[in-house]
Amino acid sequence: MLLLTAQSIMMGEDLKCLRTEERKMGNECIISVEGLTKKYGELMAVDHISFCVRRNEIFGFLGPNGAGKTTTVRMLVGLTRITEGKAWIEGYDVVRDYKRVRSVIGVVPDISNLYSELTCLQNLIFSAAMYGVPREKRLKRAEELLKFFGLWRMRDFKFKNLSRGLKRRLTIAAALTHNPKVLFLDEPTSGLDIMSRRMVWEKILELNRSGVTIFLTSHNVYEAFHISDRIGVINKGKIVALGTPAELSKRFSAKEVIEVAFYPKNPRESELIKQLNGALSVKLRKDHLEIVASDPTSVIEGLILYAKQNNLELSTLNLRGADAEELFLRIVGEQ
Amino acid sequence: MLDEFVKAGYIALKDFREYYMKPGSLSWGIIFPFVFALAFMTKRGGLTEWLAPGMISLALFFGSTSMSAMSIVFERRIGSFERLLLFPVSYNCISLGKSLSSFIMGLISAVPVLLLTLIVLPEPPAYLLLLAVNIAITTFASSTFGVFLSFLVKDPAQVMIVFNLVRFPMMFLSDVIIPVTIMPQYLVPIALALPLTYMTEALRFAYTGTYDVIPPAISITVSLVIGVLFLLAASEVIKRSKP
Repeated sequence: MLLLTAQSIMMGEDLKCLRTEERKMGNECIISVEGLTKKYGELMAVDHISFCVRRNEIFGFLGPNGAGKTTTVRMLVGLTRITEGKAWIEGYDVVRDYKRVRSVIGVVPDISNLYSELTCLQNLIFSAAMYGVPREKRLKRAEELLKFFGLWRMRDFKFKNLSRGLKRRLTIAAALTHNPKVLFLDEPTSGLDIMSRRMVWEKILELNRSGVTIFLTSHNVYEAFHISDRIGVINKGKIVALGTPAELSKRFSAKEVIEVAFYPKNPRESELIKQLNGALSVKLRKDHLEIVASDPTSVIEGLILYAKQNNLELSTLNLRGADAEELFLRIVGEQ
Repeated sequence: MLDEFVKAGYIALKDFREYYMKPGSLSWGIIFPFVFALAFMTKRGGLTEWLAPGMISLALFFGSTSMSAMSIVFERRIGSFERLLLFPVSYNCISLGKSLSSFIMGLISAVPVLLLTLIVLPEPPAYLLLLAVNIAITTFASSTFGVFLSFLVKDPAQVMIVFNLVRFPMMFLSDVIIPVTIMPQYLVPIALALPLTYMTEALRFAYTGTYDVIPPAISITVSLVIGVLFLLAASEVIKRSKP
């Protein structure tokens, strides 16, 4: 029997199923950034970065704390002044055409900052009104979003009385009242429990399938790697890696990790490693063995053979794939 | 242009729903001016015709500035002010929206004081229509002043302290309870430099038909100009508040 970790259940399988293969991926840039720079006094927060986000993709923008990712997003959405460089969203200059830019983007900040005394419905209608949604369509759009995010029953609840997960959902909903073409999400699942996180990710994927380009920043590297079509990594204000998760994995040659447990008991590490081709190391964890593999297929074949030869049962077998966190640390660490 | 006015109205309505029942708005915006007027009514000499416009001016000033203090400083602290910056509207629209909610609160604050003066004083206001216009101008100028001032304060816990540091001296120096005509000479230039002096003088003329030192044409015009200048200054401050 194969036991999968909670994270792999959440991200590895179910959500992958949600990602349609027929996603129409164009090469057209909906966000273009050229030499974008932000200086705070002598501190170079963002250092002449250039990249492109393609229409209808999920772009994961990652980096350690203080790397410059939030500053970059704030410059793109017009909340922070640009020191140098240019950026366009949907062809509009983010400084010169800031009002047009704001009408095609939705922004979800890292905190759920809607208006506490307004109800869920009032918050969405206010947002729709401010985005210029015609009066006769506001209520319908707000109701659609409340249903889409599973908040219909709470429509008359004040924002301040919602749980953290519900607040997060409503904050995302408020950024969608005008059907934006690009959605900026800053730490969308930060501080949420597994159920709420799963719900939020599912909704983000659904939005993306409906044609919304997603610009995502997250500290949860694992989730970001699984959900994003392409990843940009920023460190010390510079873009240090850009590509699909598979490209980054190949380029930074991350090893894969296999977690295995035998019944009735696990063999010794030294004994097992001799039997496995392609295993770089074997370590005994609490109740399972962790094998770092350069060739995971050979290692899994070797494990099955070893179990048969020694009359053991494989009670756990989990291929974690490229460890996104390890990969991320490697990318950042190489700088 | 019309669209921006409408959106400013939405901001005002939202603010009003969100903040009018907050303790800071209630205590400093409504209760304080009313109690202050009551206190003058019960003292020897009572609420005179000269004092009534000052009390109305004070209620308008405290009501509107308390609202802007609450709505702007609080929103900036919790990050929801940035939501406004993300909507496709100009900085003038945000500034106007914030001023409008303060305007509504100022008018509400003035109602009990106005009623009190109408009940207590034997003579009705000299120019009723002009009084209504001057109330609107005074509230507008107080609101934009409050919005501008709110951007100088960051901590909601400090907001009323800072606001009162500005408002209380103005209360004594702006012809509200002490006539400029009996002030020591060295205080007169200060009084004439304060916006509340012009607003109070404009109201006084409409209520009593007389003025202390500033003719109505000047006091009304200056009040209006002050309102517009602070509105524009607040827009500029909002724009510059971006790091």
